[in-house]
Amino acid sequence: MMWEAVVGLEIHAQLATRSKIFSGAPAAAGAEPNRQACAIDLALPGVLPVLNAEVLRMAVMFGLATNAEIASRSVFARKNYFYPDLPKGYQISQYELPVVKRGVVEIALDDGPTKRIGIARAHLEEDAGKSVHDAFPGETGVDLNRAGVPLLEIVSEPDMNSAGEAMAYMRTIHSLVRYLGICDGNMEAGSFRCDANVSVRRSGETALGTRTEIKNLNSFRFVGRAITYEIERQIETLAGNGTVVQETRLYDAVADETRAMRDKEEANDYRYFPDPDLLPVELSPEYIERIRAELPELPDVKRQRFRSEYALGENDARRLTAIREIADYFEAVANASRQPRLAANWVTGDLAAALHRANIEITHSPVGPEELATLIVRIADGTLSGKMAKEVFESVWRREGDPDSVIAKRGLVQISNPAAIEDFVDQIIAAHPEQVEQFRTGKEKVFGFFVGQVMKLTRGQANPEQVNQALRRKL
Amino acid sequence: MALEPGGILHIAHLARLHLLEDDAERYAGELSAILAFIEQMNAVDTGGVTPMAHPFEMTQPLRADIVTEQDRREEYQANAPAVRDGLYVVPKVIE
Repeated sequence: MMWEAVVGLEIHAQLATRSKIFSGAPAAAGAEPNRQACAIDLALPGVLPVLNAEVLRMAVMFGLATNAEIASRSVFARKNYFYPDLPKGYQISQYELPVVKRGVVEIALDDGPTKRIGIARAHLEEDAGKSVHDAFPGETGVDLNRAGVPLLEIVSEPDMNSAGEAMAYMRTIHSLVRYLGICDGNMEAGSFRCDANVSVRRSGETALGTRTEIKNLNSFRFVGRAITYEIERQIETLAGNGTVVQETRLYDAVADETRAMRDKEEANDYRYFPDPDLLPVELSPEYIERIRAELPELPDVKRQRFRSEYALGENDARRLTAIREIADYFEAVANASRQPRLAANWVTGDLAAALHRANIEITHSPVGPEELATLIVRIADGTLSGKMAKEVFESVWRREGDPDSVIAKRGLVQISNPAAIEDFVDQIIAAHPEQVEQFRTGKEKVFGFFVGQVMKLTRGQANPEQVNQALRRKL
Repeated sequence: MALEPGGILHIAHLARLHLLEDDAERYAGELSAILAFIEQMNAVDTGGVTPMAHPFEMTQPLRADIVTEQDRREEYQANAPAVRDGLYVVPKVIE
């Protein structure tokens, strides 16, 4: 029996505003409990919400970037449920008339092809506070700093058929919101998280199977593992003639499995209705066009441009454009050095590895783009061999100086003068008659010995290619 | 659409309203009458009418993204029944 999995994601992206969605309290994370919860966030009697203009601008940016429809009229609704970290007893969200509808993104799959994933809708809503269950025995503590922080909930169509596709989609959205500057994308801090809807059906069937929802996945890896587990669990259940129950599940990263979550009582009876405290939001075509004009270059467009402008392959272009800051860094190096090929190799190679080892973001790289460009120019003009360049890079990374001063200090200049190289080669040949004899009687392996001796004599500074050629000629 | 007392108790629970079983009967009658009235209005064809959100021609006023609120935690928490370490405290909520 062949099975097909069907996956949809609901991504919550915390919008990078200064103040909250409906109040003037700070939205930043990290404050002491309840220092950033004002009367509106606390739902004190008599307060009224006033919408933050910036969240609308950000939602429209996202809609335009995904070729979605921007609703000329959208409405905030109350989603009613009872929980201590929700002071009003309802969450202000958008229900029937979200601000963004019917978008699409293209994801790249591991084996090369791309796939279009539909975005059913993206709507604005407020986050809830945080319940602290383990601070006091028998009691729950409530921190309302997060209450009212703006979220954009991005709901995909059930267009994905594997854990890998879901991860690629999540990465694509993550990259996009960071390009747009509307979300910091910090998954550990919870400012980018998702719920996954998973069902399976027999291949060829058109009706969807019963789905389960896996809540609160906050890393790409967990999304992949949770969905993989859940698909297998459902197939096993159905293959054994069992039935999948529609329910909410939690992923346990330690046990690497999903488990049914005991639902908040009657949690799905939200009794939505339009919030009478807020008027419909109307967006004019002029407003939308103004935002369109301000959109930054998006990952797909940048990738195409990198391919044509810098003659990069698809894989390099994709790696360099996934994160805006990396793309900017690469462009600075490529333009300053006029060596895009080498720039791409260094940024995706040695630099990426060094940043990864030190766990540093590229914006804080100890080796700046101008320095890497200088280093690359020194490779291109023959001053440095590849090996010497790595040594200079390490040295600049440790802040021992800029590339040119490191080169000068260490006397690291590649010897490319043909006469000088021939001279070294002659010396080595003269000093080792026995090995010369071996080589001439067919022991090809001895060649490496001669190369080694010349490099040793020149303290690694001879151009290896020229050394090879000179030895071939003379032996 | 007529409401049964059982439905009334369910709605009351969702809203965390404490109703006596006896009251449920009475509310079922009253609320059913309101629903019947709304059904009369539902019978009117309003397909081409935009819902009125406000008696005046108004759309949502917006505020600039500026932090305007000061930290007044101590004042707010002076009104709370229970507070500890800066947290509002409620009876244990079991997840």
